[in-house]
Amino acid sequence: MLTELNTTNPGSYFWQGNVACVEGALAAGCKFFAGYPITPANEISEWMSRRIPSFGGVFIQMEDEIASMGAIIGASWGGAKSMTATSGPGFSLMQENIGLAIMTETPCVVVDVQRVGPSTGQATKCAQGDIMQARWGTHGDHEIIALAPNSVQEMFTLTVKAFNLAERYRTPVILLADEIVSHLRERIDVPEKVEVVERQEILQPPFFSSGFDIPKGMPPLGRGLGVSITGSTHDPAGIRATTSPEIHRKLVEGLTFKIQRDKSQLADCEMIGVEGCDIGVISFGCTSRAVEDAIEIVAQRGIRVGHLRLRTIWPFPEEKVRELAEQTNRILVPEMNLGQLSLEVERIVSDGTKVLPLNKIGGGLIFTPSEIASAILRSMER
Amino acid sequence: MRRLSQNLHFARKYLREEVLPTAYCSGCGLGTIMNSFLKAVAEMGHTDLNQFVFCSGIGCSAWIPSPHFRADTIHTTHGRSLTVALGMKLVRPELKVVVFGGDGDMAGIGLNHLVQSARRNLDLTAIMANNMIYGMTGGQIAPTTPIGTKTSTTPFGAFEYPLDVSKLVAAAGASYVARWTTFHVVQLKEAIKKALSKEGFSFVEAVTQCPSIFGRRIGMDEGRRMLQWFRDSSVPVSKAREMRDEELVGKIVVGEFANIEKAGLLRNMKEAAMGVSRVGQEK
Repeated sequence: MLTELNTTNPGSYFWQGNVACVEGALAAGCKFFAGYPITPANEISEWMSRRIPSFGGVFIQMEDEIASMGAIIGASWGGAKSMTATSGPGFSLMQENIGLAIMTETPCVVVDVQRVGPSTGQATKCAQGDIMQARWGTHGDHEIIALAPNSVQEMFTLTVKAFNLAERYRTPVILLADEIVSHLRERIDVPEKVEVVERQEILQPPFFSSGFDIPKGMPPLGRGLGVSITGSTHDPAGIRATTSPEIHRKLVEGLTFKIQRDKSQLADCEMIGVEGCDIGVISFGCTSRAVEDAIEIVAQRGIRVGHLRLRTIWPFPEEKVRELAEQTNRILVPEMNLGQLSLEVERIVSDGTKVLPLNKIGGGLIFTPSEIASAILRSMER
Repeated sequence: MRRLSQNLHFARKYLREEVLPTAYCSGCGLGTIMNSFLKAVAEMGHTDLNQFVFCSGIGCSAWIPSPHFRADTIHTTHGRSLTVALGMKLVRPELKVVVFGGDGDMAGIGLNHLVQSARRNLDLTAIMANNMIYGMTGGQIAPTTPIGTKTSTTPFGAFEYPLDVSKLVAAAGASYVARWTTFHVVQLKEAIKKALSKEGFSFVEAVTQCPSIFGRRIGMDEGRRMLQWFRDSSVPVSKAREMRDEELVGKIVVGEFANIEKAGLLRNMKEAAMGVSRVGQEK
């Protein structure tokens, strides 16, 4: 217990997705975790509470998810890389403070292990219905980065990536997992070396973004810099400006520009068999695992499927979707909701491309490969 | 424009010059609370606020540290300042973390965090300015508004009982709890000094006048009148203990509600991490 090593030794393990997430966070330098009990994210808190003290970090269970989100913002400004983990209902409670983290440019990581909603829904069952909550859950104009793992391996690597992007862009990053990927147990290879973006210090204002000027680090507190951090509209020095249209416009443009600018670089996707394909499939998370098998099934009938699997959900990988749409005029979008990602795809592709939603909700039942294969075959007949 | 020399007032060195004068209404009590806090800090020997981090939520009193204090200040969402402060304190235990807020912020939307901070005995100081109303938003009823009061959302009179916040925080386990009013400036300052020196959670409630939004609704549209009211209706804790509930209606009980030696959250966490099993019982 307390003699456990403060490193994750490289090698192969048989882990649950949520455990891999914790190990990834620790490898990325996470030093503060605050969370509130919720299924199906509990293993993250439990494993973190046991592991983080030996890394010199702090675990605390808060009174709710609002408090958890507040605490990781405070810890991040204290200089610690910080994270929380929750599921849909808790993610809803966090939204106001996620907005605070965006506005104050606070790096932090929020894991949302998606389950069936709305409301309490089916608490232990898998869903992928938080795509739009991740994008627009908090009010006002903003950009967000959200990553979607589809394996235990990616619960590790994308957690590391989430921390790195949070530091690089000084913004909260969402790890949009789902119940199946989080509770899946499979082999994972912990690499010899994990690339980590360290916190950069800036000692002179501007401490905050304005228009095209993006700060390259964070001002440390407790060093006499007199840093003013506020969720109100502020100038680059941090001083409130609650009436100026100009300062507000420049601030919010800066907050969106810093992510929009790097949209192409941020688009982390897997593209397989896209060239000359008969039909395209766009998927993410646990659904993509069934798509992989479905592709083999339909290949026996001579159908070539181009698979675009999204690791980055937000900002939406528009260019990759266009690349796929150039190869085929029909794109199937299977997802465990009533059609959230498919709307984004429709927005991007031209009128000549048919976007075919394939939706499954409730009971936590993942798509079977044959369900997806049948949908592919049906759409080929049209 | 008035020109004030840098050394004219002791508090100037703790303030962000560029944001002065304050946005507070004339007759407001928040300047008195700010003054008492800065006097306490000065008397404790701090020549600047570099060792402090201030957190606040939303409302007029949240503006005491942000933007006024020349210090690291975090102006958070409504009611959530204590949660941000917790994250800060747990990773930077060497810094003094102080939270300012109003009664709406701390005893309304953020009450859970206040009670939980007291329960944890979180090592920081929270100062709650209680003006018995939602002032910034225009005079709506607060959890602290006396029953019967006409406010902008209780046009026929308040029909809910007010909360005794200090009593609640003391019952929840805080190391130090005191209530004074803006009439009791010396006692308020001394209470803040004690609070800042205490291990665990320290809470100072400062009953304050809001003549523009609250006072004028109760026939006291001048700060001076409200201060006289505070003077005349204050009862020391010791005396209040001997009074019946009906005698205490309309009174403001002032003094210390808790002042105990008790391990704070930081010490308990440290000991738990060392594998020492203990409950946070009083010494």
